[in-house]
Amino acid sequence: MFKSLRVRASQGSQFIVDLRKAVPNGHRGLPTISTAPCPEGCHACVDACPTEAIAIEPVRLDLGKCVFCSECVHECPEGKFAFTSNPHLSARTREGLIVTEGPEGGPDPIATDAALKKLYGRSLRMRQVSAGGCNGCELELNAALNVNFDLARYGIEWVASPRHADALVLSGPLTRNMAEAVRLAWDAMPDPRFVIAAGACAISGGLYAQAEALDRGFLRDVGPVVYVAGCPPHPLGFVNAILQLLGIAPSAG
Amino acid sequence: MSALAGACSVTLDARVASAIVPLDVRAWRADLLARLASGARIVTLYGRPAPSAHAGAAAVMVTAVVQLTDGRLEVTRAVMDAARGYHAMTADVTALHCFERELHEQHGVRVAGHPWLKPIRFEAGGRAARDAYPFYAIEGKEVHEVAVGPIHAGVIEPGAFRFMCLGEIVHHLEIHLGYQHRGVEPLLLRRDARKLAPLVETIAGDSSIAHTWAYCAAIEALTAGDERAPVGPEIEAARGVMLELERIAMHLAGLSGLAADVGFLQGASSYGRLRTTAINTSMRLCGSRFGRGALRPGGSGVRLDAEAGAGFSRAELRQNLALLVNDLAIIDDCFLSARTVQHRLKGAGRLTTAQATELGLVGPAARASGLTHDQRAFGAGVYAEHPVTVVSEPSGDCWARARMRIVEIGRSLAWIAGVLDGDPVWTPRRASTAAPLELVADRLVVSVVEGWRGEAVHCLETDAAGALLHYKVQDPSLRNWLGLAIAVRENEISDFPICNKSFDLSYCGNDL
Repeated sequence: MFKSLRVRASQGSQFIVDLRKAVPNGHRGLPTISTAPCPEGCHACVDACPTEAIAIEPVRLDLGKCVFCSECVHECPEGKFAFTSNPHLSARTREGLIVTEGPEGGPDPIATDAALKKLYGRSLRMRQVSAGGCNGCELELNAALNVNFDLARYGIEWVASPRHADALVLSGPLTRNMAEAVRLAWDAMPDPRFVIAAGACAISGGLYAQAEALDRGFLRDVGPVVYVAGCPPHPLGFVNAILQLLGIAPSAG
Repeated sequence: MSALAGACSVTLDARVASAIVPLDVRAWRADLLARLASGARIVTLYGRPAPSAHAGAAAVMVTAVVQLTDGRLEVTRAVMDAARGYHAMTADVTALHCFERELHEQHGVRVAGHPWLKPIRFEAGGRAARDAYPFYAIEGKEVHEVAVGPIHAGVIEPGAFRFMCLGEIVHHLEIHLGYQHRGVEPLLLRRDARKLAPLVETIAGDSSIAHTWAYCAAIEALTAGDERAPVGPEIEAARGVMLELERIAMHLAGLSGLAADVGFLQGASSYGRLRTTAINTSMRLCGSRFGRGALRPGGSGVRLDAEAGAGFSRAELRQNLALLVNDLAIIDDCFLSARTVQHRLKGAGRLTTAQATELGLVGPAARASGLTHDQRAFGAGVYAEHPVTVVSEPSGDCWARARMRIVEIGRSLAWIAGVLDGDPVWTPRRASTAAPLELVADRLVVSVVEGWRGEAVHCLETDAAGALLHYKVQDPSLRNWLGLAIAVRENEISDFPICNKSFDLSYCGNDL
């Protein structure tokens, strides 16, 4: 008992009070692209990118493919790219994840979905399925429920059975060997239900987009309601995407 | 031909590939068995396609790497006709089972008389290969089977487990993996060798530093030629600190999971919160909680400042370490003295030293069963300057594997503090990936890094023109999964979660 109290005293209170405003100091999050003109014929950023996330003329970056390696920062002769610590990297649509030049070039803000808010605004149960995830996304998704981020305070929790789940949170590039299991999990979920794609692999295949051992058919059949970018996404990115989607916290500003 | 490697913090061996004369298949088999019988330890055994002498016949170059007790690596090779193959060695040396299974699955090599040619990742044969395989079964009126997976109850990676039980007691556990197979190895060959770091970082995303260090050390050996130019003590020290932070963070994740699995929730949340401190320290050093971007061939993405400012200062790093040391002592004392923890972990999932040796276990799982191999003990460079005392526990149960983590976290914290005593300042430095990279032709490089889970092994070979001919990746999990299967025998099925968590193996690292 005494030892337990000592632990309690040493641990203190760890939860982040305002998840919306929290910024992870030092985190390589949302990239920005300056409006500086590109040198004639330069495609250094395109060549450096390991996931073909960057297109030029004008320069734009797909957060759904980006793995935040920052090779573009190092290779761009004009210093157009910079990574900020902003962890909010989610959008409702695939196109909404495109970052364009300029200070307002970030992803489309997530609008609250009135229907989803009505259904899940006070309680959401999620089943996570990793289909080729490297354990990066899985660890960060687990962390969303730890003592720091404590998503459970909003009635949002992981469940063990798809039977109990409202949302299927997918990570990994969807391997061929997991294709059947992913569909079985989805089929076991009662309506209404929706899919969240977490991480570059789930969203676009990420670093594995060119691999033969994938079967991404499920995501073509069942489109995600929200895309949470990152490699892996910071828990704050995942947590805030859900809070905004369900209108649980008022949107910033 | 002796190795060409110079001083390096990781176990490294670089040789002229063509100077390793492939033996006749029978001679190779006898040679390897003799080496293993005389005290060498198998590090890896793998195949790659070789030019065939006969049209229509598939030839495979098989490479075996062994480690002598002083840490030196030795290589022995044979070229064989895949269809003719050779006689399995697994019956003589159990530790070879996974390599021979992989050789069979990846290259179609006939491994005659192998007791257990079970699919590893059900590669070319796909699901049909898995479905056709006669998995181990126990017959008997009272025996029942429990199938779990591939999707598990928690937020973790997938894999399938089938328990053969009599009542509550597990007689055998059949583990079949492969669900995470993404096809890493072909992708490594398809891209420019100097641009592979982001991909290598995701081979096992919880062991990014271990795998990326093995990759970087190999590429550095392949670009420097015979006189290997190490990247310099500053970068080596930063790599060492990142590797030890990864070890601390993942050991804390393991302890948190173990505490949760025995229902000791104060331990689960406390260790989880301290893991946050460890990974946030990595984030301050390199921008990623998982060490992504920290290591690059010939360079580093780690920043540590002398003074507080925009970046991360030595004082802040020391402060984080002090917090970990202080709070860990309190929670460790509470965790280890809790009767519920002792009752659940002691005696569960025991593997004897003889079993661990026979199965060829690596990493902390091996050391918790009394073995003492740890690649950091052989390193030159930063691990010679700051030696790591290898720790081992004799009892081989879940308790030993939990204690192993606690002790290793303490050693790693002390190790980092030792490096910081030199008042280092680290500046990110990267070689441009735009300039064409020339790899030394005709080389075979083996690099081995002791990650938190055990040894990550990367074998890279260049051809006569300096192009990358083969890239073999091996996560420590490949060797340890069978250890888990054997450890749960004669245990209650309800103890499986703690046995599994005490090994904490990678699914994607195994499945590649």
